[in-house]
Amino acid sequence: MALLQLSEPGQSTAPHEHRLAVGIDLGTTNSLVATVRSGMAVVINDELGRSLLPSVVRYPAAGPIEVGFSAQTHQSLDPKNTLVSVKRFMGRGLKDIAHIESMPYDFIVNGNEAEEMIRLKTAQGVKNPIEVSADILRALRERAELALGGTLTGAVITVPAYFDDAQRQATKDAARLAGLSVLRLLNEPTAAAIAYGLDNAAEGIYAVYDLGGGTFDISILKLSKGVFQVLSTGGDSALGGDDFDHRVFCWIGEQAQLAPVSLGDARLLQMRAREAKEFLTQHGEAPITAKLSTGEFVDLKLTSEIFAEITRTLVQKTLGPTRKALRDAGLAPEDIKGVVMVGGATRMPQVQHAVEAFFGKEPLNNLDPDKVVALGAATQANLLAGNRASGDDWLLLDVIPLSLGIETMGGLVEKIIPRNSTIPVARAQEFTTFKDGQTALALQVVQGERELVSDCRSLARFELRGIPPMVAGAARVRVTFQVDADGLLSVTAREQTTGHEARVEVKPSYGLNDDEVTSMLKDGYTHASDDAFRRALREAQVEAQRLVEAVQSALKEDAHLLSTLERAHIDSCLTKLQSVLLGDDRRAIDSALDALSKGTAEFAARRMNQGVRRALAGRKVDEVNL
Amino acid sequence: MTSFDTETLRQDFFTLFGLPRQQGLDADRLELLYRDIQAKVHPDKHAHLSDGEKRLAMQWATHVNEAYQTLKDPLKRARYLLKLADHDVQLETNTAMPAEFLMEQMELREAVAEAKEAGDAETLDRLHRRLKKDGRSEFGLLQQALDDKALERAGELVRQLMFQEKLIQEVDDALELIER
Repeated sequence: MALLQLSEPGQSTAPHEHRLAVGIDLGTTNSLVATVRSGMAVVINDELGRSLLPSVVRYPAAGPIEVGFSAQTHQSLDPKNTLVSVKRFMGRGLKDIAHIESMPYDFIVNGNEAEEMIRLKTAQGVKNPIEVSADILRALRERAELALGGTLTGAVITVPAYFDDAQRQATKDAARLAGLSVLRLLNEPTAAAIAYGLDNAAEGIYAVYDLGGGTFDISILKLSKGVFQVLSTGGDSALGGDDFDHRVFCWIGEQAQLAPVSLGDARLLQMRAREAKEFLTQHGEAPITAKLSTGEFVDLKLTSEIFAEITRTLVQKTLGPTRKALRDAGLAPEDIKGVVMVGGATRMPQVQHAVEAFFGKEPLNNLDPDKVVALGAATQANLLAGNRASGDDWLLLDVIPLSLGIETMGGLVEKIIPRNSTIPVARAQEFTTFKDGQTALALQVVQGERELVSDCRSLARFELRGIPPMVAGAARVRVTFQVDADGLLSVTAREQTTGHEARVEVKPSYGLNDDEVTSMLKDGYTHASDDAFRRALREAQVEAQRLVEAVQSALKEDAHLLSTLERAHIDSCLTKLQSVLLGDDRRAIDSALDALSKGTAEFAARRMNQGVRRALAGRKVDEVNL
Repeated sequence: MTSFDTETLRQDFFTLFGLPRQQGLDADRLELLYRDIQAKVHPDKHAHLSDGEKRLAMQWATHVNEAYQTLKDPLKRARYLLKLADHDVQLETNTAMPAEFLMEQMELREAVAEAKEAGDAETLDRLHRRLKKDGRSEFGLLQQALDDKALERAGELVRQLMFQEKLIQEVDDALELIER
């Protein structure tokens, strides 16, 4: 495929410095980290050459935290302290989780669980899913830094496309806790489409069917001349391979006529169920044998027919969102050129058959369904970090998966931003006060497609404070809902008649507020073995160096956009930052950084306008030549 | 305040893309121009730069997305043109519609209600597709009215099409209930 050269010559950063950037697939069952080496996306293996890291963390009574294989081998011995599939808990409350009764954990139950994220008691204290995910991410960061021989500039972390705002925010917070600078949250099917599209020079409309360990996504994309444009996305963030295991687990219980089993035995049988499922990918029947702690013996055979029968409704459940995504894109199954299969659970023959029957064409399986997401994320990370070579300058346009709305009178939802809007996207709405002298307003923001607030997910309560006191109905508060390129919502408010900026306080329904994240970060610093202070200083230095280079390169190209006076001001800010850059006074670096950033804001705006004018002019020239 | 706020945000969407201010529009050309601009301003192109530049990129990309979505959709485009012409469409206050149109809408509404009652996703899906296509003859008339500067007539057509749009939304909500 002839990719468009989209950047101006010289816009890329200095070629001598290759920034270390990784893509991380933080999966329900397994996680991976990948990077781009000499122009090729590759998965980074551990010391034993293994690419996957089981997403399992153990907090033992004695000894250090275990992540990955060692934790996995202990899961039936120490089920309470060994946490698996924690991704399913991200940004969720207890009442959201299915099959909680068959989980061995000590959930904290205090009567508030309708309003807060799940927390679990372990031998090393209370943990929330953000902290557990951070431990997995930290292990991957360490693996990558060891292999690449340096500190990472940043990471792209993938999330299911159907993750809502709370789940996305939880993932970003976990990355921050793990000491990663997040370049972007990237939707998993989109990451797969990048890897597939670049590899196969694909052009046309494609579907990505992504059935992972705990989540299902379907995305419809248009691939054209180096642009990956997501047309629509749908899914179920609580449906995946785990649910197939659970069906087999229940089947074992019925067939072997077992009385309720111990926590350790339940874990053992869940493992056997998963092994049987995987075995059936290649074989017609799978033996299931286990010796329980009670002395009972399980000895069963699961045929692929029975397996298909007991999981049929699960496979069917993926087709509703698939129909909806096609409808939203205004397309029919026959409009799709190819269906890219992603996620380990798509290896199941009954899934392959169902997808083939629905789309009327054989699905595309020429990528490793376990690795493709991490590889796509690495490619994106490399680009975002500024390591761009000519020819790999593609553009990605993604969407918001679920509509955002606010609660109005009577518990109804007013949609503000409809699902499948291309991000970044913003909407402004005006509100007024209903009491004399009222200085605060509260807004309940929900996400979902239903008309009633109670049927949608509550995201957060935004409290706008500091509205100047006026008579009722006189204040005009303009509230702007902005969804950024990570798919995350932020809210700003301004009183229109006075221009007064209202303060917005966020109370996330199933997440942490900023203060909690900061205090968790501080806790991490005091316990961390690596010197967090030095790390933070190093980060500030890297950031400052990056800005210096960017400004210098901008001046080289576009100094003509500045007056002599403006130029002199930027030069003096630049000199100031360069003079403190290598010192160890972080505050001085931060303040010089801020001054240069502010001092170049108008310059940046003019450069952007110039870029757009040139792009439009370029298109006109093209057409004259045609 | 930078020249983004003082210049770019104040331009109308047609000027932003360098397109004539009219209802007739070359959709392929609009898409190409949209992609060209996003390729310059999208946050992914500025992720390695300062926070200020990242914010500017987000504002620009948001603005271009809104402009593109407004111009791409013929109904939104028409409403935008009427807004630029300071013509009030009276969506809330004026509910007068031609009898023939109303009859047809009533029949469609009945069909939707029946399929919804029966939980018939397939029929709803078909109705959804049909309604999305059905607007086309009205869109031709709408373009003619706007070209002729017959704003009252254009406003009337916009109100009809909005009515139809609401029905599509209802079909969508019904499917949401059935398919979940």
